[in-house]
Amino acid sequence: MNPILPRLLAFALAAGVGLAAQAADLTVSAAASLTTAFKGLAPLFEAANAGTKLQFNFAASGALLQQIAKGAPVDVFASADQDTMDQAQAQGLVQAAARRNFVSNALVVIVPGSGGKPPGSLKDLAQAPYARVAIGLPASVPVGRYTKAVLEAEGLWAAIEPKMIGAQSVRQALDYVARGEVDAGFVYATDAALMPDKVTVALTVATTKPVVYPAAVVAASPNQALAQRFVDFLVSPPAQAVLAGYGFGKP
Amino acid sequence: MEGAWVALALTLKVAGWATALNLVLGVGVGYAMARWRFWGRELLDAVLTLPMVMPPTVLGYYLLVLIGTQGPIGAWLLQHFGIRLIFTWQAAVIAATIVSFPLVFKSARAAFETVEPQLEDAARLLGVGELAIFFRVSLPLAWRGVLAGLLLAFARALGEFGATLMVAGSIPGKTQTLSIAVYEAVQAGQDDTANLLVLVTSATCIAVLLAAGRLAPGRVPQRQ
Repeated sequence: MNPILPRLLAFALAAGVGLAAQAADLTVSAAASLTTAFKGLAPLFEAANAGTKLQFNFAASGALLQQIAKGAPVDVFASADQDTMDQAQAQGLVQAAARRNFVSNALVVIVPGSGGKPPGSLKDLAQAPYARVAIGLPASVPVGRYTKAVLEAEGLWAAIEPKMIGAQSVRQALDYVARGEVDAGFVYATDAALMPDKVTVALTVATTKPVVYPAAVVAASPNQALAQRFVDFLVSPPAQAVLAGYGFGKP
Repeated sequence: MEGAWVALALTLKVAGWATALNLVLGVGVGYAMARWRFWGRELLDAVLTLPMVMPPTVLGYYLLVLIGTQGPIGAWLLQHFGIRLIFTWQAAVIAATIVSFPLVFKSARAAFETVEPQLEDAARLLGVGELAIFFRVSLPLAWRGVLAGLLLAFARALGEFGATLMVAGSIPGKTQTLSIAVYEAVQAGQDDTANLLVLVTSATCIAVLLAAGRLAPGRVPQRQ
């Protein structure tokens, strides 16, 4: 046997053990709309907690809930709506006592920046010029649920549902509008603000329930103390200042 | 339950169209590559085989950039014909066709290369036209290989997911194929729907494999 092989194996094993022993990795599953803000927030938390490395997992809140329910090794869950977190709590997946609301957001209607036709009201979306409307899938994407609830309350859901292009997350809805593949889309104000040259905000929509984001420690997390520190950090003044910089409101 | 049948019908429609298009494209290009020598032939072969090797998301992105309303092809189609391809079942067919093209093209090229050129030359000496030689000599002799490629392509098109999701989205009844419906049901935690869909998908795959065995490109006639 080549003598270098056992040494390589030993090295690989040691490296693997070394990685596993580094307990200061904190995995945060967060709503897609938090992608930019949480990446901006990470250096602040890592600086305040030396040796800690944040690992982010961004997707639609509903998809994240399913991952956690199926046993994904996650420490903190941050959802874009109360419904998803309520489901997580009802299934005993998160620590109810450690749940905190940390930001709020607004639902907006956007149109493509070049050649888009901004609607004057939600009713206009039911008219012919709007053939395709990007909406997050209500079954798994919170922004889709907020949208559906508003349109149902306004009596417009039946007219707009056939035009719906379902998005797997709010960021996909944003991308569809930015590429001009749809005539309008429902996203959060913070998402629209990321692409001011590609999308135009036409309407700010009053939601039936306030858009408030909760975060909680995942019950199965082996890093309860550190996870709790991250949740507390989200409501601390320095973190709130950074989140406000990305356009998020107070909870 | 009804949703599963709608998704199955759509999946079969998309895979059927993709296979039909590849019957023309893959066999045509495979024959051309097997018969004509020209500079850069192997480079062209490599480029045409790329869709099999590249991640479907890369392919989906290329397609989105090309046939999207702001892409060169998409903008042209929109301007001259008012056609918007993205989020239509035709976009799903384009994605499935490109992804499964190399399977037909590669098998067809290999099959045509095993056909003895003397047989074609003999037909030519007898005064048979080039088109007739292709349909009456080359294609019948290469048919087994071509059929094997087509079956593989149909199976690949049935399971296409990444590129399709990117260019056709997930609209129930219009572009939501079985594989996308399964993904969506799991994302939403609808395990009952997912269970039904994977059963339908598995049954379909078994049926396709059995049909493939029946058509049997590889079956050797039994000797008595």
